[in-house]
Amino acid sequence: MPDATGLELIAQRVREGVSPEAVTGTAFYRGEATLEVAPSAVHDVLAYLRDADEEPWPLLMSLHGCDYLPEEPRLGVHYQLLSMERTDRLNVKTRIGVEDPILRSVVDLYPTADFQEREVYDMFGVLFDGHPDHRRILMPEDYEGFPQRRDFPMGGEPVLFTFNEDEYPRWYD
Amino acid sequence: MTDPTRVPYRERERSVTMERLGEEPVSGTAAVTEGDVQDELFTINIGPHHPATHGVLRLLTTLEGEIVRDVKPIIGYVHTGIEKSCEDQQYWKAITFVERMDYLAYYYNAMAFCMAVERLLEEEVPPRAQYLRVLHLELNRIASHLFWIATAALDIGAVTMLWWGCRDRDLVLDLFEMSSGQRIHTRYFQVGGVMEDIPPGFEAKTREFVKVMPRRLDQYLSLLDRNEIWLNRTKGTGVVPVERLLELGVTGPLLRAAGHPWDLRKGTPYSAYDQFDFKVPVGTVGDNYDRFRVRIEEMRESLRIIEQALEGLPEGPHITPNRKVALPPRHELATSMEALIHHFKLVTEGFRVPPGETYAAVESPRGELGCFVLADGSAKPARVHMRDPSFVNLQSLPDMAKGGLIADFIACVAMLDPILGGVDR
Repeated sequence: MPDATGLELIAQRVREGVSPEAVTGTAFYRGEATLEVAPSAVHDVLAYLRDADEEPWPLLMSLHGCDYLPEEPRLGVHYQLLSMERTDRLNVKTRIGVEDPILRSVVDLYPTADFQEREVYDMFGVLFDGHPDHRRILMPEDYEGFPQRRDFPMGGEPVLFTFNEDEYPRWYD
Repeated sequence: MTDPTRVPYRERERSVTMERLGEEPVSGTAAVTEGDVQDELFTINIGPHHPATHGVLRLLTTLEGEIVRDVKPIIGYVHTGIEKSCEDQQYWKAITFVERMDYLAYYYNAMAFCMAVERLLEEEVPPRAQYLRVLHLELNRIASHLFWIATAALDIGAVTMLWWGCRDRDLVLDLFEMSSGQRIHTRYFQVGGVMEDIPPGFEAKTREFVKVMPRRLDQYLSLLDRNEIWLNRTKGTGVVPVERLLELGVTGPLLRAAGHPWDLRKGTPYSAYDQFDFKVPVGTVGDNYDRFRVRIEEMRESLRIIEQALEGLPEGPHITPNRKVALPPRHELATSMEALIHHFKLVTEGFRVPPGETYAAVESPRGELGCFVLADGSAKPARVHMRDPSFVNLQSLPDMAKGGLIADFIACVAMLDPILGGVDR
């Protein structure tokens, strides 16, 4: 992990290399470095970190979403970057609201993001602009709602059996 | 005519007839005029229920003759919402849930989750617990690889290997049963350590296993390594260059078979792995044969680690003495008021984790298994996400299979070793 000072240096380089507004903050918690990035700048920052930075981060290990329900903006998308040469990790994080959750897809930078962006869309409803195959991945294609959001009720769906299918009219629509 | 969607499901099922088949030739069959057959692309559906897909995986495959031109993996058939369910469980109960994701490598799921929670709690794990964890992780790696070789060989037609692999996996499961009472989904790892110390006789039985296993591995090799069908199906098939694998985020034996020696146990040692002497096997070509040999050698290295863990097992507690996190020993409940209070608090409410988020990664038998935990200060996690290696590695399947024969494609799926419980979670 880059230490707290190293993280500030990375943040400074990103501000100079991409734009001063790209980095909205840094967090160093339990030995893990997190770079908080404006949603509009995610693609540029990751492109900079992958290729142009003096300490490059060539690999994306994980891309996942989460919902910080009482806080605003609610949704968060995390990009776990890895450098095998320095055996180092950096977490790039962005926060977006539920009203207009659009990010630029990073599949062109990291092809591994393909399935993972689809999963974040499936579970949280975050749209990824420029994704080559933007569909649900785990839930059925005709599913409504985004089940991993925290305001989505748990166990709110009836379980269909042959004996009770009459109780749910037109369930097959 | 009635609206077909108005007919109840069971009725519709009965109404399917075979009458229309045979009226006109189906494209791609022999009935099409000769000459067309070779040029025509033919899309077939493999799965979701198919013995060669290792679970409920659907593969939309486009063929040109016998050559695979395109593969689209379609997943989600065993999505059970484990990540969502974890949000409604206390931290110590969520271990039971995460274990059910990758159902062949349950110790690894629990390990990644416990590591993440321990990091958020800043909880120290005693050295004996670290060694017991390493011991069980490596036993689990062997069990997982044994099941992989059993089913992979079955896909290519070597049925004997299925029985041999499952027979020897049973030896490991017997050990798990001794230490935790369960054969699979043991829930042996706790936040702060392990559930119980190993019982008397466990060490002797493990040593017996470590002694017998290298010869078994030799037997597998003598069965498979000179088998012409096995060699034809695996040598030179499914090659993907290292750069492409890294782009796709592939880790674990698949990456090491291509010659890249990345292993989290060496790269960023967690638990007690920095105290063990073991090698990281790598391949040279990156074909299916290398994947097979790398996993066999990994089992030998795991045996070495198990031996060292037994030799160097430190004395001391098997779980953290912090009563706010770990249950007090049962005998204390009869004599100590505090122990009773702690027990009651832990069982009813669970422990609270300070707000924060973390990502902990371990090297599972299939690659980097990462666990992201978001804590909001309550006794239940606000988000648990598993970066499952099977899910990410599955994206490399089209690269492996394109341009190869459909028979090699089955070998590619087998050597990829996807666990669909982990893919869909």
